[in-house]
Amino acid sequence: MPRSAAEPGDIAEVFATHWPRLVARLVRDLGDVGLAEDCAAEAFTEASRLWPESGMPDRPAGWLHTVARRRAVDSVRRSARLRQLLPQVLLLTEHQWQDRPAMNPQEVDDHLSLLLGCVHPALSEPARVALTLRIVGGLSTAQIAQAFFVSEATMTRRLTRAKAKIRDAGIPFTRSDRETLQQRLPAVRAVVYSIFTEGHLSTTSPELVRGDLCDEAIWLGELLVQLVPTDPEVAGLLALMLLHDARRAGRVDSSGAPVLLAEQDRSTWDRQMIARALALLEGAHARGRGGPYQYQAAIAALHACSPSFEDTDWRAILALYDVLLSHQPSTVVAVNRAVAVRYVHGPRAGLEILEDLQIAAAGGAVNSAAYHGARAEMLSDLGRWQDSVAAFDAALATASNGSQQRLLRRRRDEVAAPGQ
Amino acid sequence: MKYMLLLTDDPQQGAQPGTHAHDEEMQAWFAYTDALVKAGAMVGGEALHGPETATTVTVRDGGRVVTDGPFIESKEVLGGYYIIDVPDLDTAIDWAARTPNVRTGSVEIRPVMDLGDS
Repeated sequence: MPRSAAEPGDIAEVFATHWPRLVARLVRDLGDVGLAEDCAAEAFTEASRLWPESGMPDRPAGWLHTVARRRAVDSVRRSARLRQLLPQVLLLTEHQWQDRPAMNPQEVDDHLSLLLGCVHPALSEPARVALTLRIVGGLSTAQIAQAFFVSEATMTRRLTRAKAKIRDAGIPFTRSDRETLQQRLPAVRAVVYSIFTEGHLSTTSPELVRGDLCDEAIWLGELLVQLVPTDPEVAGLLALMLLHDARRAGRVDSSGAPVLLAEQDRSTWDRQMIARALALLEGAHARGRGGPYQYQAAIAALHACSPSFEDTDWRAILALYDVLLSHQPSTVVAVNRAVAVRYVHGPRAGLEILEDLQIAAAGGAVNSAAYHGARAEMLSDLGRWQDSVAAFDAALATASNGSQQRLLRRRRDEVAAPGQ
Repeated sequence: MKYMLLLTDDPQQGAQPGTHAHDEEMQAWFAYTDALVKAGAMVGGEALHGPETATTVTVRDGGRVVTDGPFIESKEVLGGYYIIDVPDLDTAIDWAARTPNVRTGSVEIRPVMDLGDS
């Protein structure tokens, strides 16, 4: 019976679900990440050419696997280097794929092996991010290049070099054992969160938010929760990303300018996303093992649940920052904690903490837009206008995001001309 | 896959021959080599005399130049190597982490090129 043409939206959904599954399965079959990825890409290209007209096959996953496998056979025949793989490829059976989102233990292992391979300690950090987006996320080289504002040639080189190292140095993409998971799970979380933060506060884009990267990171976070449901920090990471992303619509105004948390229209926040994050956080908390992602998510949750900025429970937020700082003694956390102190104990106390930070930093002075911006606001609270303007200027000099610069400039001008 | 483990160390840090500490160090190396052989991972390996015994040769414009000393002067010197045959890099890293010198020196892992299959 002739099928109706497939809708582009349906195809996109099938792609999102099946890309990592297909790559994972091909890696297991072929033992070669580069080849697996190439064949999967060809199968998806073929599908996007045929399906809009012929309609989607009954078992799209099975269809994709068959096409990819055929490509693997062709490619192996062509390549002398891979000749020894041929018997393995020809032995592959027509696997009966089930198109359901739940995963069997084998699929869980496959996905984990891919994710853990992408963050192998023998790979550089930029390579880990690029590989995760390509091999697990299924983004094209051009999309990844665009996301990080590097040329496609640069990203191609980065990926090619990484895949050459995987092949030549024999980096295995077959490890999903408990020990490897324990060793590398922090690196997986770090990669996913770095993709999210680049999307949430872009360092390279004139726009404040890059929604495509946030979506990708959240998709990876969802996958990770499905794969490692018992890890409270994995749940904490997803909760944190959802809570930040729930505010997406309220963070910029209609002209694209960023809006301060105090001035955001809280009715624009995505309540469903917040509810899902809270449920995740509760589940994580029940496991009784805290961690930096859970503490940050808990802070974000207090903001998300507060009916107005004035109602914010800054005491609870400060208490969480104290715990977070003891786990993760970084300048970024210390600056955020100082902001909480400003609202609990007043600007003078907050300012004192910031100044102590500068003294403690000794050799490497604290010089971030967040630090100078927080200092500028507290100086303005105290009526030290000139100092405040100078601090805003310092913040402007270090802000790398164009949209963030606009906000700082606006605040600087408001302080410079009080009463207007 | 075959990997070369390049064992580097600061010779000033090592125990002097004839001392009890040196004997212990040698025992640790023998035990490590035995473990490699027992695991079926050993392809080969040697310990090298120090860089003060090195001679460097180059041929430029048809003329041979022989100089005293190593090609690159550094505090950390190549003291020996193993070639091992193991399934993947993770296994090679596990073996590298067990060498007796890894606590004071370092081990560089280099995959050996397979030129057999053309």
